[in-house]
Order: sequence, then structure tokens, then C-alpha cells
Amino acid sequence: MQPVEQRDEVEMLSLMLLIRRFEERASQQYQAQKIGGFCHLYIGQEAVVTGAIAAVRPDDYIITAYRDHGHALARGTSANACMAELFGKETGCSRGLGGSMHFFDKRHHMYGGHAIVAAHVPLGVGLAFAIKYRGEDRVTLCFFGDGAINQGSFHEALNLAALYRLPIIFICENNLFAMGTSVKRSTSLKQIVDRAEGYDIPGEIVDGMNFREVRDKVAEVAESIRKGSHPAFLEVRTYRYRGHSMSDPASYRTKDELEKYRLDDPIIRLRAQLTREGKLTNEQFDQLDKRAKQTVLDAVKFAEQSRELPVEKLHDYVYFNGAKS
Amino acid sequence: MRELTYRQALNEALAEELERDPNVFLMGEEVAEYQGAYKVSAGLLQRFGPRRIIDTPISENGFAGLGIGAAMVGLRPIIEFMTFSFSLVAFDQLVNNAPNMFMMSGGQFNIPITFRGPNGPAHQLGATHSHATENFYASVPGLKVCTPATPRDAKGLLKTAVRDDNPVLVLEAELLYSSKGMVEPPDEELLIPLGKAEVKREGSDVTVVCYAQTVPIALKVAAQLEEEDISAEIVDLRSIKPLDERAIFDSIAKTHRVVIVEQDHPYCGVGAEICYRIQKHIFDELDAPILRVSQEDVPMPYNEDLEHAVLPNAEKLVAAVKRVCYA
Repeated sequence: MQPVEQRDEVEMLSLMLLIRRFEERASQQYQAQKIGGFCHLYIGQEAVVTGAIAAVRPDDYIITAYRDHGHALARGTSANACMAELFGKETGCSRGLGGSMHFFDKRHHMYGGHAIVAAHVPLGVGLAFAIKYRGEDRVTLCFFGDGAINQGSFHEALNLAALYRLPIIFICENNLFAMGTSVKRSTSLKQIVDRAEGYDIPGEIVDGMNFREVRDKVAEVAESIRKGSHPAFLEVRTYRYRGHSMSDPASYRTKDELEKYRLDDPIIRLRAQLTREGKLTNEQFDQLDKRAKQTVLDAVKFAEQSRELPVEKLHDYVYFNGAKS
Repeated sequence: MRELTYRQALNEALAEELERDPNVFLMGEEVAEYQGAYKVSAGLLQRFGPRRIIDTPISENGFAGLGIGAAMVGLRPIIEFMTFSFSLVAFDQLVNNAPNMFMMSGGQFNIPITFRGPNGPAHQLGATHSHATENFYASVPGLKVCTPATPRDAKGLLKTAVRDDNPVLVLEAELLYSSKGMVEPPDEELLIPLGKAEVKREGSDVTVVCYAQTVPIALKVAAQLEEEDISAEIVDLRSIKPLDERAIFDSIAKTHRVVIVEQDHPYCGVGAEICYRIQKHIFDELDAPILRVSQEDVPMPYNEDLEHAVLPNAEKLVAAVKRVCYA
């Protein structure tokens, strides 16, 4: 079994900062009308994907829903390619053909970026099926929101994964709202994790604002899966600071609730942990943040200067003819 | 050449492709232990084992999506729908995921997957089990759709579909599983390209464009009309998408009259697209308006006589041919 490389925590903090600054800049560029369509920001949830990625190998498979910028960045897709995708440019991670909700990066085993709620959960099961079919020891991380758990495809997928004992971790990023509908108003269960029990899949609740807790839990589950293939379910409790998408003022929740979560910010929390342990100074943190901001500014410049896919090439992306890689 | 049933021809195609490529697997409801609801997969579990011949629960969306995910990392799934009427439960996977992935990912992920199973009205199955889905799926960019009518075409098209690097739907003709026809021996590789029609009978007075379950109707009508001195050329499309326009146009250039007999509904049906292309490209070749024979624009009734009245049938086709021939 190939070992999972220990990722440096300061590096992971830096990655969370990159995601945060990327999303802030994306928001600004969206308002400046440089970005079209829908745009769902990941601000507040950074510890979930960062913690999960820190716990697996680069050749493990990941797939997620439409709030996907953080997942691509965490996987190693460059800020340039991500921003260029938002700008609809040929240098984007999906050549400007996918947009905000459809980030893909084959080289980094990032299988999208899927915008129909829960429709990608069976795809995640298919990735895991391929792992087992080939006798590999990879793991699939399948991310989705709390809104996905009431969709039929989610239930079919969980049953199939359990039936075939596939190597997949279902990671429910429970940010308490499916668009504007709270979990309380959408879900008959008191806790989302209990959905897993119905399929005989082991499930646990994880604090999604705590990088270390997410990382350690995903690492533990992934190791168990590599030893003997099985599915697992993690309900990762988190919070998005912004609305569902850029057009949502999030008036369905109170300022007090938002402030409560902001105090529990995943970046502040990891920073405090590292500072307390003498692994990070304030100056170093400021440097990291400055670097993240600069990377994102450079990405905007890169996106602006990139060209668009010429219209003559459009039909090259309908059917694969074996000519391209 | 030897005689096979349509069902046996499909079974041979599956076995040959499973044998040839270890990335190919067959998945669907009742495909393994039950040996296939229509026995198309008979014997495959015994020969290839449960790793590659996989029974599923009744979860069309789930296992169609599983196949697409597996195809993203290079497996070549064959997903059987017990009938394409049930594929509608997986419509989201067939329309949103399989055909969009290549474009959405900027060309990074093509989906080499085959969806197959019986399609079109059978006999007194009522409205929910009688769908002819070809026009739904042919309207989606990124999908390919073929509709074999003979054992030879069934074998050759299915094998080609499995080797195609894109999502292909093989819409089998439910009423033709037991029909017989001549097929090349197993040691001769039989691949029939997608998008290539075949003239199933030559004629000079009128072109009848048909596919799937309407091919035997057209052949029967052609034999009948010959006795009345009307010579009909029967063009079997074999693929709905890509469409072999050339074969249609070449035949009309000879006959100058055309009837399209299709098994779907008339509104936005396959024949509507073909009519458009004919008038656009070879308007001057036509000596009569194009006629279409299709299902009636109603949900399928159960009653046998009413069902017959709804379906495209020989009487309707004869009447249409005579009209375009002014006979």
C-alpha cells in the first residue's frame, strides 16, 4: 500500500487562505461582470476540503458538486486556471466551456464540478467501482451538500456503494442550508449522518470548522478502506458565510447566526492552534496571506489576458474522435 | 453465414467484446443470475463471472450514473436497461451527464459507454412500457443512437458501439428478439459503422425510409406493392444519429418520392428532422410531398385493436405510398 504523505499544516493553512482570497476576488470580479452565470462561493467551508485532501494521496479520486472552486484549488489546480475558467477563457481548467459549476482537472484526479444536485453521487460510486474492478487501493472522496441527501440519485448511489462494498467516502458538507431551505425544513431526520445507517454504511459527525479534525477523521476512514474496501459517510458540519450564490442576500438567516460562525472561522482556528504551538508567527501568517492575495491578483491578470476558445473549435468538443489526448 | 436470432446475435456481440477487452463489463437488472429479462445475456455470467456480469437493484439512475463514473476513468461499461421505457428514470444521467461531460470538461473526459436494451412499443404493454425513445435521445448533442433491425445489424452495431469512445445508445427492437437472419460466422469480425444506412431492398418508384421495428413492415409492404406494380426501395437508417443523409438523398434522387415510416410519435419525431433535410437539400428532386407514418399522437392504449390503430402498420404505409405515387 502506498503511504499517504504527511502534509505540512502551515502549507495547508496557506491553501485555506488561497481559497478564501480566491473566492473574495471572484465575488468582486463577478460584481464587476467579468464572470457570468451562477457563482457559488466556498467561504467559511475551507477546512472541509483542505482537511480531506490533506488526508489522502494525490492519485485518489475526488468529485464534488457545483460549489467547487475550493476543491480544484485544494487538489492542485492553479489559481490561474481556476480564475480563467470563471472568465470563460481557453486557459481555464475546463477551457472556459464549463464555468464556475463545472471545474475539471484530469491530471489532478478532480472529476468535477457537477451542477445537478446529487446527480454526481452515482458518478462517484462509478469511480469507486473502477478502483475495485481494477484491484487498486485508491479511495474516492465524493463531496456534496446537505441539499443532496433528499434526492433519489443519492439514495440509489448509497445503496449501490454498500451493496458492492466500494471504496468511497461520502462527505456531506452540511452548511445548514440547501439554497434558502434549512435542513430542519428539508430533512425528516434529526441528523443527516443517520441517512448512512439506513444503508448499513458507517457514519460519523465531524466538525468542519476544524481542519485537524477533518483531516484526522478522513485519514482514519481512508486507511480502513484501503485495508478492505467499504463505503463510509461523514457528515461534516460547516457554514457558508455568503449566500447560496452571488444573487442570494441570504435573508433567511440572522446576522447573529453568521457572527457566531465567524468567531469559529476555520482559518482563525488553525492559525491560533499553530501560533499557540510555536509553529507560526504573526509575521509569517501575514506573509502567507500577502502571498495568497498576490497569487489571486496575478490570476485575475492571467485570466484577463487569456484568449477565448475560437468558435470554429466548438464542434471539437461534442464527440471525442480519438485524435486528442 | 449462418442463421441466428436477433437475441443470439446480440449475445455473441457482448461475448466477443467482453472477451476482447478486459475493461468491458455488463451491468443491469437481471443480466447475470436471471440470464437477462429477454435472455440477451444468457450464459455470460457462467463464462465471464460476477466481476464482469453484474446484477443491479432497480435503480436506473444509480447504475447508469455508476457506469458514467466508471467510464470517466477508462472502463467501457455496457449498461442494460430492461426496457428503454425505464431509461426515463435515468434521463438525467443520459442527458445531463453522459453527453455533456466532454464539452463541460473542456475535452478532458470522454465517456466510452454503451446503453442498450429493448425500445419501442411491444405488444399490449400499455402507455408506460411502450416508449420509442429515439427522438428524445437523438435530439441531445453528444449522444449517438442506433436502431438495428436485423440480427446482422444488431451484432455489428453493438460491437461498434462498445468500441466507440462516446456514449452510444443501442435501441434494440423488442418485437424482433426472436426474428432470424443470416450473420457472418464468429471467426469473421463484424463491425457495422454508426451513421451508415443500408438499402434493404432496391426499387425505383418510391423510397421508404424506415428503422428498427418498421423495417419488417416496410419489407412486407414492398413485397405486396410489387404485385401492384409499385417498386419500393427500402432504406433502413440503422443509425438515427449520426444520420446517413447521403443514403436517403441518393435513393430519392432515383425515385423522387418518399414515405418515412417511424416507430416514435409524430410531434418532433425522427421523420420531422428527415423531412426538413430532404426539402432543404434536394427539394427539386421531389415529385410529391413527403409523407410520414408514425404512431398516433396519443399515449399507448392497452386494448389490442386500439393499440394496432395507434401503431405505424402495413395498411397505413400502403396508403401513404399510394398517395405519394398518386396511384
